[in-house]
Amino acid sequence: MSVILIAVIVLGLVGLISAVVLFVASKKFAVYEDPRIKQVGEVLPQANCGGCGYPGCSGFAAACVKASESGSLSDLNCAPGGQKVMEQVAAILGLQASAAAPKVAVVRCQGTCDARPHGVEFDGAHSCRIQNMTGMGETQCLYGCLGEGDCEHACLFGAIRVNPVTRIAEVDESKCTGCGACAKTCPRGIIELRPQGPKGRKVVVLCNNKDKGALATKECKVSCIGCGKCVKTCEKFEAITLGTNLAHIDPDKCKMCLKCVEACPRGAIKAFNFPPRKPRTEGPAAPAAPKPVAAPQVEPVKKEAEA
Amino acid sequence: MKTFRIGGVHPAENKLSAAAPIREAALPKQAVFSMFQHIGAPAVPVVKKGDKVKVGTLLGEAGGFVSAPVYSSVSGTVSKVDVALDASDTRRMAVYVDVEGDEWEESIDRSTDLVKLSDRPDLDAKTIVEKVKQAGIVGMGGATFPTHVKLSPPPGQKAECVIINAVECEPYLTADHRLMMEKADEILVGIQLLMKAVGVEKGYVGIEMNKPDAITLMQKKAEKYPNIEIVPLKVKYPQGGEKQLIDAVIGRQVPAPPAIPINVGAVVQNVGTAFAVYEAVMKNKPLIARVITVTGKSVKQPSNLWARLGTPFRQLIDECGGLPEDTGKVIGGGPMMGKALISLDIPMTKGSSGLLIMNGQEARRGETRPCIRCAKCVSACPMGLEPFLLSALSSQHMWDGAEKNNITSCIECGSCAFTCPSHRPLLDMIRLGKTTVMGIIKTRAAENAAKK
Repeated sequence: MSVILIAVIVLGLVGLISAVVLFVASKKFAVYEDPRIKQVGEVLPQANCGGCGYPGCSGFAAACVKASESGSLSDLNCAPGGQKVMEQVAAILGLQASAAAPKVAVVRCQGTCDARPHGVEFDGAHSCRIQNMTGMGETQCLYGCLGEGDCEHACLFGAIRVNPVTRIAEVDESKCTGCGACAKTCPRGIIELRPQGPKGRKVVVLCNNKDKGALATKECKVSCIGCGKCVKTCEKFEAITLGTNLAHIDPDKCKMCLKCVEACPRGAIKAFNFPPRKPRTEGPAAPAAPKPVAAPQVEPVKKEAEA
Repeated sequence: MKTFRIGGVHPAENKLSAAAPIREAALPKQAVFSMFQHIGAPAVPVVKKGDKVKVGTLLGEAGGFVSAPVYSSVSGTVSKVDVALDASDTRRMAVYVDVEGDEWEESIDRSTDLVKLSDRPDLDAKTIVEKVKQAGIVGMGGATFPTHVKLSPPPGQKAECVIINAVECEPYLTADHRLMMEKADEILVGIQLLMKAVGVEKGYVGIEMNKPDAITLMQKKAEKYPNIEIVPLKVKYPQGGEKQLIDAVIGRQVPAPPAIPINVGAVVQNVGTAFAVYEAVMKNKPLIARVITVTGKSVKQPSNLWARLGTPFRQLIDECGGLPEDTGKVIGGGPMMGKALISLDIPMTKGSSGLLIMNGQEARRGETRPCIRCAKCVSACPMGLEPFLLSALSSQHMWDGAEKNNITSCIECGSCAFTCPSHRPLLDMIRLGKTTVMGIIKTRAAENAAKK
């Protein structure tokens, strides 16, 4: 009997002492964590996509709370959550959410198998980054989409996928959150994050070819040759600039007049999500890029259905 | 019989052109000289459209210390200075020359008489290195590292011996073999020059046992040179790798990067480089031509050609009986480390040791299957790495893990992918990891330097 009693007493004492030690330690060495971090974390989408530039949603929450000390959330944006989530975050922190334009990924390449023949076949590991290391890849264009689908693997939302027919990555705008994972992965930097635009409308130069005109013409049927015609048509708004043999449209300045789309002799400029126009658009732009014109007609319908 | 300690594989030798004497290739109609014929900074073009050039005229000067000048191998007119597809399968700066006649610069000695080292007592180490630098000589085995850099050891390092790489462990290639058979005397003088340049008394020539005729000949010729020892080696790939050769010949192991062969007292040069050094120093001839093996099972006449740099590969193939109908792949270099070419109009460069034409069946990779953990790649790796692990880490983008497992030690010999029964693209993945990790290390070093 006494043996049991001794055991109970000893164990009880050990337990008591440990409890006291643990209690003291927990008070003494307590790490203060701002409760708001947890609150902010709860409203975030928990996709852990890393699009914000922080390690996952908890990292972003901590960054938001830290930024709230300086009184501004302007540098922070949760792309998948969008404006709605940022407003909730701002409310928790007692701030105003800055209006960040929602973005989508745009694949700046139209070099389908027809436009840009695959002259050789790559037999190695199926990865864009590996194919890119070997040099030109399967086509003659050093800048175009390799079509091995690294972006597809990087996307957590199933929003980008390589079309097996055209062998070009295509973005499903209804799913794209603009986190930028695909743009970071693409070894050729073809994917650009652009503001979604009103009703998803935007005008983009769908080419990344920086070669001189003569070479670019040989490489692909729908390449930008840096002729500058679009720059001239856009003199009024100055939205288009010419880099190294490559035009770029500034989304902030673009007034969506679509004149550049018509002016481009190569059909390299594409208008997204515009309602199909009467005869005029079917003029010069249509024959060069029949497919891209057809595709976006479907997407707005989807978006409306969701809304 | 000597060989290196760890790993190695035995691919089928297929030395089809071993008995074919070197013959001179015809001059091309247009020669294209890439400014990227070496590792390091690209050469800077010094000619412009319309300039008349002769054989041996400078086209591009070295763009830095680790760089090499490029000389014209033909005479004619510069038609343009523009980008051209080169053996790296990308478009890079190059000089196009339309060939007219065959006029040489007067300074070049075109006679074939042997000039011995004793005939030129005026030569000292500095002059030799300067000559090598001026001649634009790079490692002729295929890695194309500028030779003068290797001959100028960093301060505090002392070379003890020169090792000449005449292993030619790549299957199919016979360029070095034939060069030894036909230019043995010149090569030995070249070795003496290299030894003098780095100030050592001992030279070794490592030759694999599958070239018995070359070993016998070199041993006979080397009797007159007591400082040069011919070392027959057991046949095993990749014995021609610098670190493997040092291990095989003098039994020393080079530590992991950033250590280089000079840290164990060895300077390794290819046998083709030794010949080029002889020509540059004794004959004042810059690097304008080299031996290239054009071979393949379906090639009508596998040959060793003495071809001018800048000659398009298409022409070399035509000289050997034309492109076979069943061609599946054309590789610049050997089958193990060479690179598949995307066009036959790519011009020959300083590092073009071979042109291998594989037929459709050979050219295909096997179907990739899951790793069965047989560890064949581990036993094959000559650097003692774990290719299956590095490949997995790389595919998962776990770069720090790859760095910890010494991915930068990989010499990209391809033994792992060759031996894999599941045909896994091990080397592709490791190469991706290696490039990325090296980039990370470089950025980190730059950041640390900035902090200080």
